[in-house]
Amino acid sequence: MNIIVCIKQVPETTDVKIDPETNTLIREGVSSVINPFDVYAIEEGIRLKEKFGGKVTVITMGPPQAKEALREAIAHGADGGILLSDRAFAGSDTWATSYTLAKGIQKLGDFSMILCGKQASDGDTAQVGPGISMHLDIPQVTYVKKIESIKDDIARVERMVEEGYEIIEVPIPCLLTVVKEINEPRLPSLKGKMRAKKADIPVWTSNDLDIEPSKIGLSGSPTKVVKVFTPPPRRGGQILKGETEEVVRKLAGILKSGI
Amino acid sequence: MDYLFTEEQLMIRDLARQIAEEKIRPVSAEYDESGEFPWPVVKVMAESDLFGIYIPEEYGGTGGGVTELAIATEELSKACGGIALAFAATALGTYPIILFGNEGQKKKYLPDIARGKKLAAFAITEAEAGSDVSNMRTTAKKDGDYYILNGTKQWITNGGEAEIYTVIAMTDKTRGARGASAFIVEKGMPGFDFGKKENKMGIRASATRELVFTDCKVPKANLLSKEGMGFIVAMKTFDNSRPGVAAQAVGIAQGALDSTLKYAHERKQFGQSITSFQGIQFMLADMATQIEAARALILSAARMIDSGAKDIAMVSAMSKMFASDVAMKVTTDCVQIYGGYGYMKEYPAEKYMRDAKITQIYEGTNQIQRGVIASSMIKSLVKK
Repeated sequence: MNIIVCIKQVPETTDVKIDPETNTLIREGVSSVINPFDVYAIEEGIRLKEKFGGKVTVITMGPPQAKEALREAIAHGADGGILLSDRAFAGSDTWATSYTLAKGIQKLGDFSMILCGKQASDGDTAQVGPGISMHLDIPQVTYVKKIESIKDDIARVERMVEEGYEIIEVPIPCLLTVVKEINEPRLPSLKGKMRAKKADIPVWTSNDLDIEPSKIGLSGSPTKVVKVFTPPPRRGGQILKGETEEVVRKLAGILKSGI
Repeated sequence: MDYLFTEEQLMIRDLARQIAEEKIRPVSAEYDESGEFPWPVVKVMAESDLFGIYIPEEYGGTGGGVTELAIATEELSKACGGIALAFAATALGTYPIILFGNEGQKKKYLPDIARGKKLAAFAITEAEAGSDVSNMRTTAKKDGDYYILNGTKQWITNGGEAEIYTVIAMTDKTRGARGASAFIVEKGMPGFDFGKKENKMGIRASATRELVFTDCKVPKANLLSKEGMGFIVAMKTFDNSRPGVAAQAVGIAQGALDSTLKYAHERKQFGQSITSFQGIQFMLADMATQIEAARALILSAARMIDSGAKDIAMVSAMSKMFASDVAMKVTTDCVQIYGGYGYMKEYPAEKYMRDAKITQIYEGTNQIQRGVIASSMIKSLVKK
């Protein structure tokens, strides 16, 4: 059972700063890690491999230094990693990113399952996983907290919802995005670290993929970030006092004048 | 200080540090209180390949030596000297097999130890034979294809938890120390039982038990080296393992100092941080320097041993003696700087002090270490 895990390298902090000029994340001076939610996806992939055999391949799109994240995933137990890296990919929104990753996955070939973290800790969109499944036209289940069983090409999973969970049966190949309740990730192993250091990580550019140039990078991204800003803190409210009827009348007046 | 570790040694250090910070520190007080054996942490260490770092590659390890063992032991001990001992005492039980095992014995036992599937232990001490090992009462009588072991070993670290034991017993009592032999004994062999678990002052997460042999049948194939080599096996094992005890001591000391420095910086008296007082500053400076000196001595000794040098007894003893004396002094001073809080179990200082004490005692008391050092000195003088 071949498993593909999509990961993202993110700044090692939840306290990211935004460049007010370009409206992008300031990455300088911040060390990078694997997106914490993706670590659960890697662990789940390794557990599936241990149970059913096969291979776990980790894939990411990013700058050349994202290789480090792939090496870390190999140190944890993944078999190999693929980096999609090209200047042409720069500025991709979640649509273009998921398109590019889907093309990378198609090139990788045969797989039974794609695992993603539920969202990245920097952008928090939770859109890339579902986007990949749309581009590949395979079923998806988001917020998976448990893979109960995989039998006869049907995966039975528990999907977290606000009050409890749903049990969903989904045919494989499929894509799952996972939440941190799904497992407790192991630490890297020494032999894994050694293997990761020596691992040959292929880098695929847009030329290596069967893609339409108009669908990648900034120009292929329908999302336009107009402005990213910290909303001003709320000003103190107003407390109305008095008899109920009178207060209601006052409140209605304020609301009306506001609109 | 930069000790010019290799890339692999840095990996080992970082991995052991991560295990210590993420998996040991959060539970160390709990295990200290309960005295339970830290199996969940042992499992993490096993999955991370830590148990194989001093075992040759052909037997499933990663091929390091005493240096790697010392690096990992220090890191683990920073968080808990007791939990670290599940790892370090396994090394003590494994070294006799690495150093004296034949091919068959190595193939049979080392891979499971390297994978962390089985823990090991070393058994020499008895009620009447502590430093004077020649006074051992445990006997091994040859009987066909077996040796029959009888007697009781005391205070065996990892006792009851380990699967593989290196046991020293007398095959010929009339020959004193030269009548001792070493055996590999497996848990579950008929006639091999365990006594009660000891209730200890420190390293409480470590299991210490009696091993009781009652007509215990051990296959002849489990004799290490030859009959009469038991004492040599033990001494050479200690030469290799003592830097590990030293590293445990330095880890405990460093862990205590790290925590004390942080506390002292936050602690305000007379309107200022107590680190602004010279009296505290001098103590901190002395502690840091002593720890660094101990670490430098340990790593020098470890590298000398790993180089294949022959006369290693002296440096090995020096590293153990110096580092454990430093650990006792440093942890005592840490409690002092913590003041009243240091005496309370709510804070980590008193545990470090309790854990440090054993390092001056086991694998040869520090008085015995001084004896080893002095006799090496005198021997070399006589040789000239």
